[in-house]
Amino acid sequence: MNYNVYLYIIVMAAVTYAIRVIPIALIQKDIKNTTIRSFLYYVPYVTLAVMTFPAILTATSSTWSALCGLIAAIVLAYYRFSLFKISLSACFVVFLIELFIY
Amino acid sequence: MKDNTNSLGSDIDLHESSNMNFWKKGLKDGIPIGLGYIAVSFTFGIMAKNAGLTALQATVMSFTNLTSAGQFASLGLIKASAGLLEMAVTQLIINLRYCLMSCSLSQKINKNTAFVHRLIVAAGITDEIFGVSVCSKGKLNPFYTYGLMSVAVPGWAFGTFLGVVSGNILPTRLLSALSIALYSMFIAVIIPPARGNKIIAGIIIISMLLSLLFTILPLFNHISSGFRIIILTILIAGIAAILFPIKEDSNEL
Repeated sequence: MNYNVYLYIIVMAAVTYAIRVIPIALIQKDIKNTTIRSFLYYVPYVTLAVMTFPAILTATSSTWSALCGLIAAIVLAYYRFSLFKISLSACFVVFLIELFIY
Repeated sequence: MKDNTNSLGSDIDLHESSNMNFWKKGLKDGIPIGLGYIAVSFTFGIMAKNAGLTALQATVMSFTNLTSAGQFASLGLIKASAGLLEMAVTQLIINLRYCLMSCSLSQKINKNTAFVHRLIVAAGITDEIFGVSVCSKGKLNPFYTYGLMSVAVPGWAFGTFLGVVSGNILPTRLLSALSIALYSMFIAVIIPPARGNKIIAGIIIISMLLSLLFTILPLFNHISSGFRIIILTILIAGIAAILFPIKEDSNEL
């Protein structure tokens, strides 16, 4: 079978949007159950932590530059710098370290 | 999130000027997302070209799908002329984590917010836009998410286009540096609330350690990253919810 590429794209987009929209559209009320509320409260922290580590270590050209970028981000985040500054500083640190390494 | 006891709560004012401010704030916070997206989608563009897609096809795909893992996986399927059902199931499995994020966001949006906002915000649920939206203070003003999307979506589509039309326009050094933008953004979002909250700090450390174990241990390292995220989220957030339930009066999620 040889489908048009746009047909694939439509199927992909439809499935992905359905996954995204169904829960947020259906659950409109505030959930009262403490356990579920607590679960949803903790979800972002777990999800983001799992997505970040250890994947961050292999994101750049070298583990060392990534590690330095990670440490820079943690320190700046601890001192509550803005998202924008933290993110760009990490990029800058990676760039500098890789200038030295290569 | 937790520190902010006098949050906006349920009486957030969806006033026009304040919406504008939220949108602008979102634009600014969206810049790192946009830059990170350019780096990732640039690589996607190169691979899409190798899989035989035109610049228009790849850009349309990025604009309408806005997923990284799902799009990368689709290239192999398109190249192999896979069936549409196979494509649908693959996307469902790879992107299932968005379902959890959507549940989480459903409680972050004020219940009085017009329904249409939920439909638009849903289109923007990616790892990054979700992460930044859900960790914003108080209830979520959808215009903040729209600000993030206004930078992130064009960044994702434009990077794809660049990758297809010119595979070597961005130097490797720059791509490498930009590749850490998204991850450092996650750090920026989760570390501040962990400061002064031992439960959240503990959850973050345990999540990272288990994620590391899942990546290096034999058997476990065959689990795809999408499922690793789902399994660990349900496991860790579930146990935390039972051990450390949030008090009823807490207005935030």
